[in-house]
Amino acid sequence: MKSLSLLAASLAFASAMSSAAFAQTTLTMWYHGAGNEVESNIINQIISDFNASQSDWVVEIESFPQAAYNDSVVAGALAGNLPDILDVDGPVMPNWAWSGYMQPLQIDEAKIANYLPGTKGVWNGELYSIGLWDAAISLVTRQSYLDELGLRVPTLEQPWTGEEFMDALAKAKASGKFDHALDLGTAWTGEWYPYAFSPFLQSFGGDIIDRSTYTTAEGVLNGEAAVEFGTWWQGLFTEGYAQATQDPADRDNGFNSGKYAFSWNGNWAALGTLDAYEDVLFLPAPDFGNGPKIGAASWQFGVAATSEHPDGASAFIEFALQDKYLADFSNGIGLIPATASAAALTENYEEGGPLAVFFGLSEAQALVRPVTPGYVVAAKVFEKALADIANGADVQDTLDSAVDEIDADISKNDNYGF
Amino acid sequence: MAQITADNHGLRLVVRYTVLGLIALMFVFPLVFMLMSSLKPDAQLLSDTRSLRAFLPVGDISLDNYFDAFRRAPVGLFIFNSVVVTGITVVLSLMVCSAAAFAFVFVDWRGRELVLTLILATLIVPFETIAIPLLLIASKLPWLGLDGLSYGWLNSYQVQIIPFVADGLTIFLFVQYFKDLPGELIEAARVEGASWWQVYRRIVMPLAGPVLATAAILKFLAMYNQYLWPLMVVQEETYRPVMVGLQYFFQLNRAWGEIMAYLSLITVPVLAFYLFLQRAFIASIASTGVKG
Repeated sequence: MKSLSLLAASLAFASAMSSAAFAQTTLTMWYHGAGNEVESNIINQIISDFNASQSDWVVEIESFPQAAYNDSVVAGALAGNLPDILDVDGPVMPNWAWSGYMQPLQIDEAKIANYLPGTKGVWNGELYSIGLWDAAISLVTRQSYLDELGLRVPTLEQPWTGEEFMDALAKAKASGKFDHALDLGTAWTGEWYPYAFSPFLQSFGGDIIDRSTYTTAEGVLNGEAAVEFGTWWQGLFTEGYAQATQDPADRDNGFNSGKYAFSWNGNWAALGTLDAYEDVLFLPAPDFGNGPKIGAASWQFGVAATSEHPDGASAFIEFALQDKYLADFSNGIGLIPATASAAALTENYEEGGPLAVFFGLSEAQALVRPVTPGYVVAAKVFEKALADIANGADVQDTLDSAVDEIDADISKNDNYGF
Repeated sequence: MAQITADNHGLRLVVRYTVLGLIALMFVFPLVFMLMSSLKPDAQLLSDTRSLRAFLPVGDISLDNYFDAFRRAPVGLFIFNSVVVTGITVVLSLMVCSAAAFAFVFVDWRGRELVLTLILATLIVPFETIAIPLLLIASKLPWLGLDGLSYGWLNSYQVQIIPFVADGLTIFLFVQYFKDLPGELIEAARVEGASWWQVYRRIVMPLAGPVLATAAILKFLAMYNQYLWPLMVVQEETYRPVMVGLQYFFQLNRAWGEIMAYLSLITVPVLAFYLFLQRAFIASIASTGVKG
């Protein structure tokens, strides 16, 4: 009898243990980092730590190559096959939230109070996504070039004016030392154009969409300031300072091999440049009259609208918001950690670090791209308009056409809820 | 009138082969560039692009890019997936489309002209326009597998194969070829009591070698190069094909050498398949211009 009781107790214990194991709920996660070994290792480490830290949830990841990621998510949403957790590029988030692919995050917002502004994905007054890092652009050059050309070093407090910037390009061209004065990265297409070049437009006083209403581009993309920007933009190519069509190899290696005096490039390329030269300078954007601007917002984590476990998904995201993980990502892939405390833990962004300047740029100059679901269409229209103007199209006509196209899309989508 | 002499005949041959050689080089250069670049580190690869060195195995040559490519992505799995999907689709497509074409050309049934016209009309419909409806259907279809009945074909081989088994172009190729076969052969067989199946299997298909090769190559290329559809229906790495896998190498800082190594690896099955069928393929292309 005693042995029977022992057996029953053992069975009950085993059953309780197995149901505890089965009580763990699986959360699926999609991530854009397939093919990047370092990034994959870090995200896998976070998942492993999270899974070991509690007994309610188990996160399983499926990685996609970045270039295929957005299309895969849209297709997954159409087929009703989204995961619990996904990551999203900052400017795309409003579109996915508006389309019903995402739901607001359930995390303690006090934890992200000191995060860089570009890392917070807020749409319609609610936080939908949060990034562990941001990216920033700077005007890359060398101290020796500035010395040779007789140019002062611009600072965050006193960036170059538009006139000073054009003077720098003219002097670089006149020196005859470079194939072109400025590497704009026109070889990179897609999101690079609005991310890298719309801040110039904003510094001139224009924008891609009127942010006061988000229902039109009229006046901001084809008004006086925008035309002034467009004329300046076209001048970069007609004056021979930059190339409207660029060999991708020159984008990757041109500045590092001495073909350009200046390069408009992101912090992700900075380490390679530091390897190439000892006197590299990462300069702030020039001020064309309305303040110096650079783009903001990179990849962020969010919860799919179809997730049946938003509490678990949010718990994972909140878990990932630890300085040590922010620092790991920064050390691993060179991006800017979202907090100053995490920056202090990194090799490149700690005070006095070789890339610390980017943290300051992000804080001081970053402006998120228009926070509207219509951005994804407007961004493509903007890219085409800039490429056309670079190749000689009439500035006013091209910008007017772009406005018509953007406004037609906004109208077709009932003002995207604005 | 100019005489053909041994001298100018020889000259003509030299000119002809020079021109043909130059044309051949134009087509071969990209492949040579790809192969040579796959052996060079990125910095050298980029600096060589503006000289003939780009086509030569010079400088710092190694297989490092190939090892790195295998480290970055499951290259073997992607090639296996593509070969499986492409191979099965090609075989099924040849069977189904040739049988359909046989029915259109040799079997007399009401409405066949109309149905054939409708099938050929699908040639002008781009795949992109039907991709989303097809995705919605595929995501709900039932499937009887080893695990029993399930719903939804996403993340599987069948979702990459079955929608492409029958297509207007392959049926059209077979119809055109079958129309040129002598009708007397079919009539004689029928008079002798052969069934339609026997006519198809024992008379028509043995004569269809060239069109089989052409259809197989065209289908192979179309399937092997599939990108949009697998992107939409395959979320699990386990089923991803080579073209989606190519995107693994397009990171912010592109690894050009690895990209060239990956491209070289995934080109091998295509070249092997083409070389295997090239004699029949050329015969088929040549025969399309000969009306007897």
